[in-house]
Amino acid sequence: MMQFEFGKLTVQQAVSGLRCGAFSSVALTRALLDAMAARNGAVNAFVWVDEADALQQAAAADAARKTGHTGALLGVPLAIKDVLNVDGQPCTCGSKILKGYTSLYDATAIARLRAAGALFVGRTNMDEFAMGSTTENSAYGPTRNPVSPAHVAGGSSGGSAAAVAGGMALAALGSDTGGSIRQPASFCGCVGLKPSYGRVSRYGLVAYASSLDQIGPITHTVADAALLLGVMAGRDPMDATTLDRPVPDYGAALTGDLKGMRLGLPREYFVEGMHPEVTTAVQGAIARCCELGAEIVEVSLPHTKYAVATYYILAAAEASANLARFDGVRYGFRAAVDGSPIEMYMQTRAQGFGREVQRRIILGTYVLSSGYYDAYYLRAQKVRTLIRRDFDEAFSRCDALLTPVAPTPAYRLGETMDDPLHMYLGDIFTVTANLAGICGLSVPCGKTAAGLPVGLQVLGPAFGEERVIRVGNAYERDRDRSGL
Amino acid sequence: MSVANATTPEINVAYVANLARLELDAASCALFQRQIGTIVDYVRQIGELDLEGIEPTSHGQPVYNVFREDVERTGLDHARVLANAPAQLNDEFKVPRIVE
Repeated sequence: MMQFEFGKLTVQQAVSGLRCGAFSSVALTRALLDAMAARNGAVNAFVWVDEADALQQAAAADAARKTGHTGALLGVPLAIKDVLNVDGQPCTCGSKILKGYTSLYDATAIARLRAAGALFVGRTNMDEFAMGSTTENSAYGPTRNPVSPAHVAGGSSGGSAAAVAGGMALAALGSDTGGSIRQPASFCGCVGLKPSYGRVSRYGLVAYASSLDQIGPITHTVADAALLLGVMAGRDPMDATTLDRPVPDYGAALTGDLKGMRLGLPREYFVEGMHPEVTTAVQGAIARCCELGAEIVEVSLPHTKYAVATYYILAAAEASANLARFDGVRYGFRAAVDGSPIEMYMQTRAQGFGREVQRRIILGTYVLSSGYYDAYYLRAQKVRTLIRRDFDEAFSRCDALLTPVAPTPAYRLGETMDDPLHMYLGDIFTVTANLAGICGLSVPCGKTAAGLPVGLQVLGPAFGEERVIRVGNAYERDRDRSGL
Repeated sequence: MSVANATTPEINVAYVANLARLELDAASCALFQRQIGTIVDYVRQIGELDLEGIEPTSHGQPVYNVFREDVERTGLDHARVLANAPAQLNDEFKVPRIVE
């Protein structure tokens, strides 16, 4: 029996290995469980693993294969961000307020992966209710960057990114509302894809900001991200915001070439104040794309400077509404209060929610409150229109955009905790895609001298995932060939 | 109301927290007063823009009138739902008395 470095296996390699009988799903799952047991203590990527259940799922997949069952992901174990409902598994959203909650149904994205034969073998840590950019806002401890334990894994899908980058998962699911897939992927050195709004159903994703949230894959390769996206994407009757657009064969975009593509560089994303090693890595990646045959054009997204403000107004407002349901009545934590229901809600939420969540709920309630709604929320929605128009204009002149993912590599643990605004400003390059509803991909493009990964962001127009997949894949293959 | 030109009025954090059904102690109130004040000062810059004639966008990809047939479907299993409840009685969620 060959020894496989299971932690470095891609999903594609796992699928073919399982198909040709090189190894069983049980062996693969066992290897990942062993990796988790060895490494999760230091990293805290996973908040829940049930070894017996995982192996049972794997055994069932092996048995199904023997009786002739097939499936694009049959027997492939996946790690799931603790914000997605998987029937029978806990779902805490990184919060004390949902401690002990058991999911009653599969999210649609999960159901589709399950139908393709995938296994759900662990739940990953996250910033509480997806609010944060470091996975330090979890009630279950921070997640450390597997590349450097003194640094964060990014957020809010830090656990998922750390699981993949740390060799404890072949692939994981995350969610992205303002960059929460792309940024941790960038900080940890793996691939992260945020689909266009309406591409993947949000049914079963615990909502943070309903007009901004999307579920997406975090993987070792762009090809793996394309594979998982293809399984999850498509209209869902349970999510009225999904569009009735056909799901293309994303694999067909893995051409490996960029000839004839016009790639735009938005000048507002290449400014003073960026970490010099991020600039170097990203410029290097742009240069390689050039050498691969792409034409580079300069574009402008003039309303970029208002994006963080717009995002935090809209996201906080939507979050304040979405989190109103956590009141101790029907599920989760309930404070022991000998008083009225209102006192019960007040104490339950005060004790059950962490600082960052409380901060955003208050900010969101404020911007929606009487006297302030027009000045903040309504205005922010109008600025959102301008931001979307900026992208429409830019995409009329190029096929995709290349930008950094974040102005810096991973922060040190604790660095941003006392200064929430400082942390928010780090989201400048990622929130725009959520506001405009377009798609974005983060692909590793280098490391700092200290060894911290840097990601290249590829942005594509709404429902233009094939473009970002093509660009990311071509760059990644060339990067690997040159041994970068 | 032009936000950009006005100085930020002191946010009444305690009042807003009450609206959000969040009990804050004095220390948290003071901390949030400061932090949220800083954040609101920052986000007020959207007041600089001339937004005359601009329609608001609520969704990146708007869809309209998404209907389905009015056909009955099975809901969640009550026992499983109530298994998650902090307190239950007679197949119902038990809560503190609402009406005196």
